[in-house]
Parts: sequence; C-alpha cells; structure tokens
Amino acid sequence: MSTSPTTATARAGAPPTPAVVARAIGVTRHYGDTVALDNVDFTVREGEFIGLLGPNGAGKTTLLNSLLGLRKPTSGRIELFGGSPTNPASRRFIGVTPQESGVPPTLRVAEAVDFVAAHFKETEDRDELLERFDLTKEARRQAGGLSGGQKRRLALALAFVGRPRLVILDEPTTGLDVESRRMLWDRIREFHEGGGTVLLTTHYLEEIEALAKRVVVIAQGRIRADDSVGAIRGMAHMQRVSMNAGPLPDLPGVISEERTEERVELMTHDADQLVRALVRQGVEFSGLAVQQATLEEAFLVISQS
Amino acid sequence: MSSLTLVHARYQLVELSRIPMAIIGAAFFPAASLFFFVVPNTKDDPAGATLATASMVVFAAMISNLFGHGTGVAEDRSQPWDPYTRTLPIGPAVRFGSRIITGLAMMLFSMFPVVIVAAFFTPATISPVRFLLAIGVVIIVSVPFTMMGLAIGYLLSTKAAIATVQLVFLPLAFAGGLLGGPGEAPGFIETIAPFVPTRGSAELMWATVGDYDINPVAIVSLVVWTVALAALAFYAYQRDEGRRYH
Repeated sequence: MSTSPTTATARAGAPPTPAVVARAIGVTRHYGDTVALDNVDFTVREGEFIGLLGPNGAGKTTLLNSLLGLRKPTSGRIELFGGSPTNPASRRFIGVTPQESGVPPTLRVAEAVDFVAAHFKETEDRDELLERFDLTKEARRQAGGLSGGQKRRLALALAFVGRPRLVILDEPTTGLDVESRRMLWDRIREFHEGGGTVLLTTHYLEEIEALAKRVVVIAQGRIRADDSVGAIRGMAHMQRVSMNAGPLPDLPGVISEERTEERVELMTHDADQLVRALVRQGVEFSGLAVQQATLEEAFLVISQS
Repeated sequence: MSSLTLVHARYQLVELSRIPMAIIGAAFFPAASLFFFVVPNTKDDPAGATLATASMVVFAAMISNLFGHGTGVAEDRSQPWDPYTRTLPIGPAVRFGSRIITGLAMMLFSMFPVVIVAAFFTPATISPVRFLLAIGVVIIVSVPFTMMGLAIGYLLSTKAAIATVQLVFLPLAFAGGLLGGPGEAPGFIETIAPFVPTRGSAELMWATVGDYDINPVAIVSLVVWTVALAALAFYAYQRDEGRRYH
C-alpha cells in the first residue's frame, strides 16, 4: 500500500519512532461479575514482535479480541491502524488465525485460501503460500479430513493470505509436534523479518524465546510486566521442588509453599540451592522431585506475590 | 450489491451442497404436508387446490427461512470460523446480504417438491404469467420469515434456536390459516389470523394465484411485523459477540 506509514529512515539522524498499529487505552472489559481486562494500556508499534504471556483466563484472548473488534470494551478505547476495529476499513491490514484451526470442514483447502483472498487487495499467490506451509498435496482436500497438524498449518497460512502488516496469533502452535512447530516458527519469523508486526499469545516460554523481542505478561486482567525477553525469562524461570516432609525450617529462595497432607510443594528460582539447604539442615524428607514449573505456574506465583 | 456478498453467498451454498441432508430436510416437510393434507381433500376442486398449494408455498417459505436462518446462523455462530470471518474487512451488509441470498436460494429450491406434487397429484392450475408473478411475490412475502430467522439465529444458541423454531413454526402456520385454503380454518382462527405474520403473506399469494379479495388488515399487520422483525434482527446482529464464554 502506498499510504502505509513507513518505518524507514525518512530523515537521517534521529531514530524514527515506528507508527502505532494497534493501541488499547484504559480498556476494561467485564463478563457479568468477572473482570477480564482491568484498565489496560497497551501499544503495538510497526515492526515489533510481541509475545503475550499469562495463565489461562488471564485476559490474553479478551485483549486480542478487543483489538480485533470482536469484543467491545466495557470502557476505554481501542485503535487499530488509527481507527476503530469495528470499522471494516481498519481491518484491511491485519491477519488472523481461526481459533481451534476451525476452517469449515466441507471447504477444500484451496477454497478456504481463495475465500480469504477475496477480501484483500493484495494477496499472496495461493500455490506458493500452500507450498510454504507444506499443504500443496492437500489443496484439493476438505478441511475436515486434514490431520491436526495440517489444520493448524492451514489456519496459520490464512493469516498471511492478505499480505497483512500486523498478524495477531492466539496460541498458534499449541499441541503441535516439535517439527511442525519449528516450521511454523520459521514462517512467522520470515514474516517479521520482512517488516511485519507480530502479536502472539503462547503457553511456551521457549516459543517466546525463539521468536519475540518484547514480552507482555498479563494476569488477572492486568499487565504485570512489559519487558525484553531476557528480563522476563529471569522472572519466569521457576522450579517446583516437592517432597513428603513434616514442618519445614526457613529455607533460602522459597517463593511459595503449598501443602497437601504429607506432600509439600515449594516454588523457587534455584532448586539446587534449595535442595542443598534441605540436606544441610537435616530435614527429613522422602520422594523428592524437582520439576521445571510451567509458565502458568510461574505466572500464578508472580501474580499472587 | 458488492461482489463480496456474492462470494460469501456462493461459499455458504457450496458448504450446504456438501451436506445433502440439510437440503433434503428443508424440502421434505412442505411437500409431505401438501401430499397428506391437500391432495386427498381437493380431488375435484381446481381453484381450492391452487389456493391450498399457495398456502403450502408460504408454509415452505416460512419453514425454510426459520430453520435455515434460525438454526443455521446459531450453528455458524458456535463455530470458530464465525469470529474469524468477523476479523475480515467486511461489514454487516455483506454478512446479512449473503445470508439473505443463500436463504432465498434454499427457499426456492425447497419449493420444487411442493410445485411438483401440486402439478401431478392435485388439479391445481396456474397460468405461466401468474406462476412467474408468484415467484416474485413469494420472495417478497418471505422477508418477515427471513428476519424472524435471523433474529432467532443471532439471539439464541443452537439448541435454543432449534427449540424455538420448532415451537413457533406450527402455531404460526395454524394461526395464520396456512394449513388449507382461505376460509377453511376454524372460526376463531379466522378471527385472529389477520394479526398473525403468516396471514398477510398467504393473502398476497392467494391473490396472486387465484381469485381472492385481500383483507387490508392482514397486509398492514404484515408490514408492521416485517419492520419489527427486521429491527429485532439488526439489533440481535449488533449485540452478538459470538460465543458468550471465553
């Protein structure tokens, strides 16, 4: 598009501030008594790659759906390419993936791509796009007959059909095998390297580490952290040390302690140090287990402390 | 009309055509009603058979639109594809327009069996000009049913929509005096019929295919119903945010 604000160095010298492509201003959204988003301010600039992290029910999907115009904020305002997301013209430059890879089961793969392409001025070449997502052989098949991985690849491919400037991806690789996941990562990375802006949610810290530049952590409807990948990695790197034991003495580096009958679960940033302290202090324990905490667990602990 | 509206309508029809039962189901009921209610009673009465066939055509228009839009829209809204298409750069005109085109196509298709049963098993007759006119009239008189179907589909979940449609379609047909020709319904039905949305549609069809004097009350109430249902459908569309849970 010739009208697109460019991030190129128009004037040499001063670093240009990339254009805002999407923005939430004081957005609150209620579902009945539940507060899904609580006065959220959030800005996405052209060329960014943002990972949105948070436990289930934190408000990630509500935030994405608000940016897309699918949910109206209870209060506050959303801007998408300078306009309201409920105005179709504001949605010309975005690419989205259907949730649950839900392309109508009777549609053929090529038909689904053609259908989406009909809505955009500039589009990717269908055969080339299917080739990139390894779906060439499936072009004539109905979406209902695809494997889980193929459905997911088709769903993601649809986000790129209309040559978007911003793609918004809600858990694009959940439930995929490692190989498919890496392939989709490559496609998303290529898009970003070509100047595209990416906003994605995920449960996987490794996905964020592999792709994103900026991480936004959301929990209980609020933005809890907004920082570089490195800084967030330190916060979220957490281990769960569990054992059968009686009452515990003071131990170093324990972030939280939870007990169910005999079993104690401790969250810590440094399991080695914690286990050494247990032994040194002569604590009676059995059935010791050390596990990498999931991101959900880490963020639940962070948001509660 | 934008070409995108036609694209959407074409894809909806492609999807439906790949689930043949959806089409057969819509076409079966009116033809069966005609066969069991009209055929045995109008053996020697061409005028009566023609009017009764017109009633069944209106009945078919109502069933096709209530089920097609009511349960069809509710079902589509429960699928992830629906919120996805809402992120595409199109407005309500394309979404509403394509649904109406698809509904009309399905409705006209569902009338084939009715017309065929009427032609071969009853003495009903109609001139070619009146037949073409009737096609135009049935499209117009189906508008309130389209709007009612869309309103149900956008307001309710799939299960609630199916139950609602099943609950309303027979009483609407009965109270409007659709289960026969004009004047054949019981007395109290003839009293309330002009105020029922199906009646005005039926009267316009009767006047198109036969010798019938329209009751103006029924036409006024048809217009009022149509406007009210269109407003309800548009309101329902606007407040819809797809599935409620998240």
